[in-house]
This record gives sequence, structure tokens and C-alpha cells, in this order.
Amino acid sequence: MNTTLRRALGAALVGVLGLPALAACGGSGSSKNSESSGGKGDKTVTLVSHDSFAASDSVLKEFTQQTGYTVKVLKSGDAGQAVNQAILSKSHPQGDVFFGVDNTLLSRALDNGLFTSYQAKGLDRVPGDLQLDAAQHRVTPIDTGDICVNYDRAYFADHKLAPPQTLDDLVKPEYKNLLVTENSATSSPGLAFQLATIAKFGDDGWQDYWKKLKDNNVEVVDGWEQAYNSRFSGSAAGKKAKGDKPLVVSYASSPPAEVLDMKPQPDPKDAPTGVATGTCFRQTEFAGLLKGAKNPDGGKALIDFLLSKTFQEDMPLQMFVKPANQDAKLPEVFTKYGAQIDSSATVDPQKIAKNRDQWVKAWSSLVLK
Amino acid sequence: MTARDAEKASRATVRPTAVRLGLMALPLAFFGVFFAFPVASIVSRGLKSDGQWQFGRIGEVLADPETGHVLWFTTWQAAASTALTLALALPGAYVFARFDFPGKQLLRAVVTVPFVLPTVVVGSAFLALLGHGGLLDEWWGIRLDTTVWAILVAHVFFNYAVVVRTVGGLWAQLDPRQEEAARVLGAGRLAAWRRVTLPALAPAVAAAALMVFLFTFTSFGVVQILGGPRYATLEVEIYQQTAQLLDLPTAAVLTLLQFLAVALLLAVHARTVRRREATLRLVSAARTARRPQGAGQWALLAAVLGTVVLLVLVPLAVLVLRSFDGPDGYGLAFYRALASAGDNGGTFVVAPLEAIGNSAAYGLAATALAVVVGGLAAAALTRREGRLVRGFDALLMLPLGTSAVTVGFGFLISLDEPPLDLRTSWILVPLAQALVGVPFVVRTMLPVLRAVDHRLREAAAVLGASPLRAWREVDLPLVGRALAVAAGFAFAVSLGEFGATVFIARPDSPTLPVAVARLLGRPGELNYGQAMALSTILMLVCAAALLVLERLRTDRTGEF
Amino acid sequence: MSMLRLDGVTVRFGERAVLDAVDLDVAEHETVCVLGPSGSGKSTLLRVVAGLQRPDAGRVFLAGEDQGGVPVHKRGVGLMFQDHQLFPQRDVAGNVGFGLRMRRAGRAETERRVAALLDLVGLPNAQRRAVAALSGGEQQRVALARALAPEPRLLMLDEPLGQLDRGLRERLVAELRELFRRLGTTVLAVTHDQGEAFALADRVVVMRDGRIAQSGTPLEVWQRPASEFVARFLGFDNIVEATVSGERADTVWGRVPVPAGTPGGVCRVLVRPAGVRLGAVGEGVPCGVVSRTFRGDHVAVRLRPDAGPELEAVCRLGEAPEPAARVGVRFDAAEVVVLR
Repeated sequence: MNTTLRRALGAALVGVLGLPALAACGGSGSSKNSESSGGKGDKTVTLVSHDSFAASDSVLKEFTQQTGYTVKVLKSGDAGQAVNQAILSKSHPQGDVFFGVDNTLLSRALDNGLFTSYQAKGLDRVPGDLQLDAAQHRVTPIDTGDICVNYDRAYFADHKLAPPQTLDDLVKPEYKNLLVTENSATSSPGLAFQLATIAKFGDDGWQDYWKKLKDNNVEVVDGWEQAYNSRFSGSAAGKKAKGDKPLVVSYASSPPAEVLDMKPQPDPKDAPTGVATGTCFRQTEFAGLLKGAKNPDGGKALIDFLLSKTFQEDMPLQMFVKPANQDAKLPEVFTKYGAQIDSSATVDPQKIAKNRDQWVKAWSSLVLK
Repeated sequence: MTARDAEKASRATVRPTAVRLGLMALPLAFFGVFFAFPVASIVSRGLKSDGQWQFGRIGEVLADPETGHVLWFTTWQAAASTALTLALALPGAYVFARFDFPGKQLLRAVVTVPFVLPTVVVGSAFLALLGHGGLLDEWWGIRLDTTVWAILVAHVFFNYAVVVRTVGGLWAQLDPRQEEAARVLGAGRLAAWRRVTLPALAPAVAAAALMVFLFTFTSFGVVQILGGPRYATLEVEIYQQTAQLLDLPTAAVLTLLQFLAVALLLAVHARTVRRREATLRLVSAARTARRPQGAGQWALLAAVLGTVVLLVLVPLAVLVLRSFDGPDGYGLAFYRALASAGDNGGTFVVAPLEAIGNSAAYGLAATALAVVVGGLAAAALTRREGRLVRGFDALLMLPLGTSAVTVGFGFLISLDEPPLDLRTSWILVPLAQALVGVPFVVRTMLPVLRAVDHRLREAAAVLGASPLRAWREVDLPLVGRALAVAAGFAFAVSLGEFGATVFIARPDSPTLPVAVARLLGRPGELNYGQAMALSTILMLVCAAALLVLERLRTDRTGEF
Repeated sequence: MSMLRLDGVTVRFGERAVLDAVDLDVAEHETVCVLGPSGSGKSTLLRVVAGLQRPDAGRVFLAGEDQGGVPVHKRGVGLMFQDHQLFPQRDVAGNVGFGLRMRRAGRAETERRVAALLDLVGLPNAQRRAVAALSGGEQQRVALARALAPEPRLLMLDEPLGQLDRGLRERLVAELRELFRRLGTTVLAVTHDQGEAFALADRVVVMRDGRIAQSGTPLEVWQRPASEFVARFLGFDNIVEATVSGERADTVWGRVPVPAGTPGGVCRVLVRPAGVRLGAVGEGVPCGVVSRTFRGDHVAVRLRPDAGPELEAVCRLGEAPEPAARVGVRFDAAEVVVLR
């Protein structure tokens, strides 16, 4: 619809509805910043992200102290939804910085011209293999996380069975009926696990692998919540729900998260769950300066801050991810209960972007039908 | 007659129409800006490319066998869910209408709780009834999760109250002596019911069935959580295409398809509602209910209560039970964690107790919007004549049949320029919730407004009251109760509203359902337990709101 | 032979006995009217006979058969509800033919019977009319036709003419009585209107608080009310305490003659208004005239004696004394009833 018409329509209706009054008190109820968005010389910088974004209040305050900007956070849906919303609204972006596009979605975001280049301070402390847009610096890597098969320690101890370690292990008869994973079409860990198999077995081999996995009675559910909280027998919630699967596709950070609230914390050998380190796929999350940002200077400062040690060390316990900045120290619970993952699979973002739909379709007709 | 007199006379005859149009202006503007415009924007974005309409896409998507498959599944599961709901809930409607038993009001409020609870909250609890290790599994070794049965049973769970309230409300007012008259004329118990009560109930049954069909046809959460990856409704498919795959053309065609189906349903619904207003012998509901007599009636009451317990109370109870099942045995550990989560250094996504406040604030704003918009719409609809008016009625129902993701993404791309750039304003959430609340307000208010005898207004006018004054003195006191009921229902519905709320980017002030979803999305016992505890709180708030409504309810207060 | 017999029928709603050990017989072809104030249990009586209300004690016999355990629709009785309870979704023919269809009568047979019944009740060719569009009197007739259609062995009427205006009521009573006689229907009706009961019934049964207070032909009940309750219910208020000795009774109004053979002792006597004769002051009991009420063919006069309750007298038009006049009153032995 053309802009003039829309403006006229909008103005008329706002008059009718008396919305200015409503909009004026916008945010005062509950959000931290009561300024309405936009405006020149604004000291607010707006971060657009997905629902999993979290940061300590003290850390965000520190940003304000350092730079004079206050952060307003807008969250919407899961990572996929958030990226798609950003793409749809790129002509009038909702904020200045977008955080939370990962390597499976990166090409879609870049191809749609979502971001402008900005070389963040501190980028030199980020390993080169994470810098997937090193040529143009449209996005900055902020964190990584691995999606791996988790196992229920008690189950394998009780059955005198060694937990599986690799993708090849999973199709062995002794692990029949044990694995629950997520739908690639609806769940980002589900897709990541499929990508791990594609990385390992190649374009020609992954379908054969899934046929074997299917013969081994892999169970597929729609979302991570169901898989982890209801079906997996190793998680606290799954125990209560009488979960029946000792293997689940989840995050490498799930085992530390499981023991986080336990008092006293168990010996690492007795932690309830562990990670099959040979089954992992690496996700890297990026932040970028949105094209058309109203406060580009604030946005740049925010991206620098996201990569700073302060934020990077706060992040693991807020979002259960690992810092991209090598200087940032991991909390003890991660080093103690987290697994050392030496070889995590990755797939080139452009290849993902090109083949994603077709892979998911093939996977669906192979596994679900 | 002078020209002036003629002008006066013509103005007098014109006035009611003008008033009606005036009343309709705000609701129309509201729906135009916050529903029609966003939805049209997202659909046209999908169907337009380089400024050209791509009608070829429609043919392509429709020709895809997958589309036919989804449409077929959507339709048959909705039909089956509706039939099952009617079969299980009609005896319930009868029992609630005709029997007096202790705790009836409370129970009526409780069976309505599922209807306003978000699926994300109930899904996991419902799995505990039907899924692996659930009650059915433990007792009889039956597992229904990832089967279509789980979807059907959960649909019954959610919609039980629709039938009990819509049909039971009318049933309670049918004169029982009608059936007795048939009995004396030689009709057996069943024949008397079939030939006398059923015809009188039929329009209400049809209306309830259509509402259930509408809700199950557009089912999203239930199908996703309980159906497993093999089942998808149109609504699920629209979500996939829009939110995950960003295939807007396909989403647009599917949205139009769903629109068509829903519009068809609403047209049928409008017809049955009109038929329903045919003359019936209605008496006060208080007169028709009595204590059950004889073994048969007691058995029926027991059977219905058993159904309610198994179908509604057990899943809810599982939720409550898990909220107390802490790391050190049963206790209040999770509730304490909720209260303290805010101040332990912000290690948490959000202070969960804050979510309760957010929910209440959004709920109140949404209720205010819904009551103003819905109240005006109902006032405009009070006079029944006119096709335009009926069309307007159907329009108000449309948001119930529209995917939340369509509306949410529509907001995003349409309300993006000043003065209508509301995307980052908190008001967007109550606006989206009000869209869902308005139809309930209209349905509740309309019968009451129509029942106000216009002679009362005439009497007030003769006694010297201006039209506005007459409205205040006559209508308002009569309508006040219904208004309170409508407001309460809108509040409860907006408390439980989840869909649109997650699809709207908003400053971080999550509502209860959003907080629950976030907690469920993180590993660890404490998170899961707190999710259960928050769900329990949400349930209690809804139940309390509904219980207040039970006390305010009168015979005439509408369908819900 | 009795068509209906009630044997000690008792119904309790909570603590209250709505029917208290009621015995009643209705002979074949007889029309019996149960008369009583509201709350006396008359409607409950009909519901027990129809099987709509289960008695707490006692038995109901229809044509000699015990009806315990026989469901409503197998009893073969008809019941016309107080407010008719016509089925609003059906037209007139649908209502009248309902009972016939329940008995699986053929379509042609049903149509024929419906037409005949509508003729009978004076609504020919009303088959396709909507019941909501009928006037009160027409609804009444349709309800009657509907109740008669299955030819019930006992027809029960609950306040059959209650909602109609007076003129219509009087005409319909006559019509009904004629109709029932012609058809030989056995009828049990209940009403609170004595005029209706007396005009319709072969026998009247007066009920009070769930019990039968008196039973007899209209003439018997009218002439010899059995108790002060029945007398007052029939509208007689000239009742006073008396001591009988021989053919006279001493009251506060003075001496009242009583029929020969009345046992002596303390009792209450009723003087029907027609038995209160007015004369000149000094003849009989001195009274002041309180008011006069014109009643069409006569004038009712209220009198205040020097002692005791007020009296009502009936005068011919033109013979009534002016209010505030003083008169003397005598009592006519033929109009005096000794109440037990």
C-alpha cells in the first residue's frame, strides 16, 4: 500500500481512536524506558532479538554508565521468527541492532540486506573460524553453542551400557528405541542435528543414515520442550513426566544447566546427564547493525559492548551459550559439568540457505511419512 | 407543512440510521486498522511481487497435493472433534441446566478454565494424561500422544465449556413442562426429548457446534504439541510458512483459503443465530433445576461428573501437582523461587511475579478496549434488520478464525510508520488481545441489549428523559451486569492469550503465558517447576475471574 | 366402575406434605373438579396421576390397574397444562397430531382426526397456523384438541380456563361440559374458581393443605359446606360461634334458627347472605349499613351489628337501604348451615 494513503489513513484513525494518549504513556507501565522510539539525538538504543535473549540488569546498567545510552530490548518469538520479522520490516526497522541470527539463518539475513557493515572493537579476540562475514563485517559473532545428543547417565549405568559417542553409534542395535529428536521443520535444534548428519555423511549419505536411524526407531517430536521436558528420562522435568528416552537432541550446555540449581552440586561424574561429543553441530550467533537504524552510533557502541568481556562473561548463565571472545572466562559450572567438544560439525551458511527447504522436505518425507 | 417542518421530519426518520452508523464508526475503524489492514498487508505482500499481482501462485499452491492433504486433515479433525465434543458435553449441558447439586457454580467456572488457558500451559499437563507414563498408560497401557486421538480429546477438553455454556444456558430456560406435555401425549422419555427439547435446542446446539468447529478448524497449539510432527492443520501450516520458512506467497494463499472456510462457517453461524431467536417458551433458569431424583438421574450426574473429572480436572490437577513436586519432595519450593527469582542478580529471564503484573495490566487495557469497541458494536447491532448489520456481526468474529501469526506479522509490516508506528509500543499487545476479546463481548451483550423492552425507554421519554438520559437510566442498569460479565470474559481471554502476544515484538514485559513458555524453553528442574507454578497461578486467576462471572450471570447474558 | 382410584396418596416436598393420604374415586364418564386455593396440592394431584410425580406413599389405579412403575407415556391419560404448553416450533396440526403420531397412527388417519378435532373445538382449517399467532382462547382450544386426540381414558385439566377473560370463560365452560357429555370422556379438572368448578363438574372435591375437605355434587357442597374453611372458600363470611339447643342457636347476633334435628352444643353457624332479611329498626337484630355494592342482578349490603362480626346481605335492586341507615335483621332458617 502506498505511503501517502497509509499516512492519511493512519492519521485519521489515530484521531478517531484517541491513540496518542495511549501511545504517550506507552512503556511507562512495565518497560524500562518510557521514551517512545525514534527521535534525533536519542539516548536510547534499541536491540531487537528473539525470546531467549537475556542479560543481567547490572550488565546493561554498566553499558549505560560507559556510553550514556540506555538499551531497550524488543523480543519476538524464536530465532527463526525474529529473523523473519526483521526481514519483513527492513524498510522501517524496529531498532538499531539485531542480535540472534545464527549460521543456519545467516545467508537469508545477509541476502535480504538486513545489515550495514561495522567492524566491532574486540573482533581480534574472536577466533577466525567464527567470523563468517570477515570480508564485509556486516555481522559480528557474539556466542557459540553446540547442539549434541545428551544422555541419561543413570539409564546407561543401570543397563551396563556405554553411552553412545558418535553419530555412527546411534544406529547400532544396542541403542534401538532410545533416541528422541525434534522436527527439522519446526525446531532449530532439530534442524541443527540434521545439519550435523549432512556435514558428516555428505549430500549423498545423510539420507541413508536417517533410514538407519529410522529403522532404529528414532522418535521425532515437534519441539525441544517436549523432547527434553517430557520424553528425555535424564532431565529433572523428564524424570517427573516419566520420560522414556535416555537419549535426546539438546544443547551441550544442557548438562551444566541441569545441575545449576542443585544443592549440593553433584560430582561431575554423577551429574544426571552427559553429552555425546561426537554428535555435535556448532551454532554461532551474530549481531548486526540494522540498515536504516535511527541511532547508528548507539548501535555501534552496543555491538562493541556485546563483544566486551563484561557482557561475554554474563552471557553463559543467561542464555546457556559460550562466549565468542576468547578472553571471557566461562563460569565454573560450565568448565566443571560441560563437555569438551573438539570437533563440532558446521555447514557453510550459503549452502544451508540454498538447500535448506529441500533438505527439510526430503527429511520430512523420509522420516515422518 | 413548511419546508422547515419537512426537514425536521426527515431528520427524525434519518436519525436512528445515523446513530447506528455513528456507533459502528469506532468498531469499524478499530477492525479496519488493527485487523483488516494488517492482514491485507501481509497477504498482499505475499501475492505481489515487483508491484504485480501473482495470481499464478494461488493456482500453484492450490494444486499442490500437500495443500489438499492439509485441508482435508484440518476439516475432518475439526468435524470429528466437534462430534466428540457434542457427544461428551451435551449430557453435561443437561446436567448443568437441570440439576441442582452442591458446587455447581464452582464446577461451571472450572470447566471454563481450559477454554481461556493457553495451549502452551496445558499441553504438557495433557501429555501427562494421554502420553507415555500418563494415567491411561499406567492403568490400561494406552498411549494416545502423537495420535489423532490426542488431538481430538484435547479439543474436547478445550471446548467442553463452549457447549455446556451455550447449550446449557438455553436448556436451563426451557420449560420442563414442554417435555412433560409430550410424555403425557404418549412419547417415551427419549422420544419426548428428541421431538420437543431437541428442536428447541437445535439452534443453540448448531451455534455451539459451529463455534467448536471454528475453534478446532483453526487449532494450532494442540495440534503442534499433542499431534506430533505428522499432523498439521492449515493454521500450523500458515505458521510454518510465515514464521519459519518465510514463504509468504504460500502463506498468503493458505490464509485466504482459511479465510474462505471461516467466512463460510460464520455465514452459517449467522443464520442459525437468527433462527435461534424464534419464539421459545423460556422460564427462569432457577425454576427448572432440581436435585436429581431416582437412580437414573443420579447415575447420569455421576457419569457427567466423572467425565469432567477425567477430562478437565485431572489434566489441571497434574499441573498443580507438579508445581508442588519440588526437589525435596512436595512443597512450595517453586513458588518461593518465583518470588525470589527477580532479585537473585537477574540470572533470570524475567522476574516471574512481574509477569503477573504485566498480564494484569495488559489484560485490563485489552478489556477496556474490548468493552468499548464490543459494547459500541453490540449497541449498533441491537436492531436486527439489514444485511449490512449482519455482515458487520460476522466481521467481528473473523479474528477468531485468523492465524495469530498472520495478525502479528501483519502488524509488523503495516503499522510501521508514524503516526501509526505502534510496533514498539506496549499498546500493541492489548490491541491484539482485544481483537480476540471483542467477539465475546458482542456475543454476551447482544441478547441482553435486544431484550431491553423499548417501551421502558418510551416510558422514560414520556417522563421527560432525553435519549441519552433514558439510556443511562433504563438501559445501563439492565445491561450493567452483562457488561460486567463481558468485561470479565474478555479479561480472562486476554490473560490466556498467547498466540498474538508472542508474534509481536514488544518491550520486554512478558505476560504470564509468555513467561511460562520461556521457562519451559530452558533446561533445569527449577525452570520447569516454576513454569508449573506460574501456570497454576494463571489457572487460579482465570478460575477466580470466571467464578465472579458465575455470580454475575443472568439468564439473558448471552452465549458464553 | 371407577376409572381412577387414589388410595392414600402422599407427596412430600421436604418436610411439607403437599398431598396427605388422599383417597379419591372418579367413575367412568364422570367429571370431577378438584377445587382449592393455590398451594392446596391440586396440581400435584394431577401430576401424580399422570406419573410426572412419584408419590411417597399410596397407590394410583386406572381402570383397576395399579399404575406403580407404569411410565408416563404408557398410562393413557391426557393432561391439559395450566398454560397449555403448546409446542412453539410446531404448527397447530403438529401439536394436535402429536399424540397420534406417538401412537403410530398413519398419516392419513392423523390428518383426518386432526381436522375432526379442530372442527370439534371450533377452529376448522387452523392446521397450518403458528401457535404463537393464536389468541388465548384459540390456544386453549388447540390444547384441548391436542389432549383429546389420543382418546385418553382419563382427561385431566389444570386450571383449564384460568387465563381467559370472563365472557370467554363462561361460554367455554358450557361448551366443554356439552363436549364431555357427548364424548363420554372421564374428566378430572382442578381449579381455584368455584364458578368454573360448579358449572363444569358432576362432583366437586374441595382440597385444603393436601387433604380433601369435602366431596359432593356442586349443589350439596354449595348448600351444605362441611366446614368453616369450605364455607369461607366458597365466599361465605357470615359465620359466627353458636350454642345450639333444639331448633335455635344463641350467637352474638342474637337468636338464629337452625334446622330441626341439629345436635345441641357449641358449634359455628353460617347464614348465607340470601338468608339475611332486612326489616325496620326494632324488628330483629339492630344493624348499621356500612356499604352497598351493585352486583348486576342484586345488591350486596354490608351490615355492622352492635356486637359480633359484620354481616353480608343480598337485596333486590331498588330495595337496598342507604349507607348509614339503621335496619333490623332476621335470619331465614332455610339458609342457615351448621358447620362442624
